[in-house]
Amino acid sequence: MNKMKYRRYKDKAFLYLMFLITIIAITPLASIIFELVAKGFNQLNISFFTEVAPTTLDSMLAKSTGNPVKGGIANGIVGTLQIVGIASLMAIPLGVFVGIYLAENSNKKFSTLVSFSTDLLAGIPSIVYGIIAYAWIVIKITDGYSGFAGSVALSIMMLPLVIRSTEESIKMIPASLKEASLALGTSYRKTILRVILPSAMSGLFTGILLSISRVIGETAPLILTALGSQVINLDITKPTSAIPLLIWEFYNDPYLINMIWSSSLFLMLLVLIFNISAKQISKRWAIQ
Amino acid sequence: MGNTINNNNIALHIEDLSIAYTKDKYAVKGINADIYKNTITAIMGPSGCGKSTLLRAINRMHELYPEIKVTGNILMKDQNIFKINAMEVRQKIGMVFQRPNPFPSMSIYENVLAGYSLNGIKLKKEEKDRIVQEVLEDVGLWEEVKDTLHKKRTALSGGQQQRLCIARSIAMKPDILLLDEPTSALDPISTSKIEELLMKLKDKFTIVIVTHNMSQAARISEYSMFMYLGDLIEYDLTKKMFTNPNDKRTEQYLTGKFG
Ligand SMILES: Nc1ncnc2c1ncn2[C@@H]1O[C@H](COP(=O)(O)OP(=O)(O)OP(=O)(O)O)[C@@H](O)[C@H]1O
Ligand SMILES: [Mg+2]
Repeated sequence: MNKMKYRRYKDKAFLYLMFLITIIAITPLASIIFELVAKGFNQLNISFFTEVAPTTLDSMLAKSTGNPVKGGIANGIVGTLQIVGIASLMAIPLGVFVGIYLAENSNKKFSTLVSFSTDLLAGIPSIVYGIIAYAWIVIKITDGYSGFAGSVALSIMMLPLVIRSTEESIKMIPASLKEASLALGTSYRKTILRVILPSAMSGLFTGILLSISRVIGETAPLILTALGSQVINLDITKPTSAIPLLIWEFYNDPYLINMIWSSSLFLMLLVLIFNISAKQISKRWAIQ
Repeated sequence: MGNTINNNNIALHIEDLSIAYTKDKYAVKGINADIYKNTITAIMGPSGCGKSTLLRAINRMHELYPEIKVTGNILMKDQNIFKINAMEVRQKIGMVFQRPNPFPSMSIYENVLAGYSLNGIKLKKEEKDRIVQEVLEDVGLWEEVKDTLHKKRTALSGGQQQRLCIARSIAMKPDILLLDEPTSALDPISTSKIEELLMKLKDKFTIVIVTHNMSQAARISEYSMFMYLGDLIEYDLTKKMFTNPNDKRTEQYLTGKFG
């Protein structure tokens, strides 16, 4: 009887311990969010979205005249959309096809090799992608820093994520669906494109959105490729700004420190939106 | 069983058909049989005797799995179905699987017409509407779903799903319809609806059905096959087989002594 009681106490203590550890673990997370909101929120005004980032000169002038520093991150927002958009255009179709190939040919030696390389690719530090895009694109193709080089770096980063999520979601589709399609006399190509892929859409989209949210905040590869720009630049062969690049620039200017918080908050909200949409889509479109 | 292939009453002529999943381990062993037009032929036998394997070979489903080895011939209208284009064969020989497998990304309407759209066959709107209504009426689903035809992800019961799958197959107007235990996952009401449907459909198609349910075979089929360990033990008129089987094993199976 006593032993039972003792055990119950131990169980209770264990529960409290887990609770305590959880609290300790989420404290820094909560404080980060709190700090971002507290320091960044009141700067998320219209000009934050419509004006380009202030330069060091702007900030020094403002400082000497005692006015607040004006400016936003419009060049960063446009740059991020452009760099990540083009990266997605390259990585998604490619990754989806490789994912289909892996799911459909899982017992081939070549697939094992591709699969293994994909895992390796996922483990490479992001700055290495930047160096590679620098060597391949900045030096050889665009002859200087460019948004396109940034897109290439990010798209290689996205590839393993897109490949894996496609492969996983296609493998989840029961063989009976493929058989149903082929039994109607459908070709293999149409079976894959019109039956299997649409049925795997939920998982596919989730993976794609998560891969975008994974690279949207990447800074290191962009420092070596897109470099940054003080104006809104739409030419992909020219240096281009991006939100994480601006955060890095703001950090290097003591007068612009406040902009870090609002930009980071905005980036966090962006990632949050992607993650929530991913969850919603996987729930809404889920099949059975 | 007459051996003349030219016989107008014969839908399928199966000739020395053997199927192995692994080398020298045959799941179907040298089967010879003629399937008669506009009849229902039931394939019976204990679990693992090769019924599904045989049925799937007629639709050339085995080709999805390269390790499966098939020898022998199946003739349809003097054509060896293994020698002509697989897609063509499958359009003429429809298949309904044990577990209902409607396409989840398509509406009911699109599911019924999937055979056409997936094969790139273009139809006029009126023609589509007509086919959809006709086959859904055939399978007795029209009244139940006519208001949700175009809705995606409609929740259908297992029986409704299976009838939709049958509708999808017969919309293609195949010559032969193969069904692998189509009612084993269904309740008695859905089952009897599908049985009625099959009896109605045999005027239009030749039907081969695998079933574990002996009374079902007795109710709907003209001919019955009894398979055991990959061999075709007995193939005869259902009435004859159920009243006076030739083989001892058939009798034992039908009287529930094994299986
Ligand atoms: N994918 C497979 N790989 C290897 N062997 C298989 C495979 N599918 C079936 N077999 C074997 O082939 C034999 C026949 O199987 P089949 O599925 O045709 O039987 P069945 O008569 O349809 O049985 P059931 O009534 O249980 O559906 C069995 O011995 C089974 O073990
Ligand atoms: Mg079976």
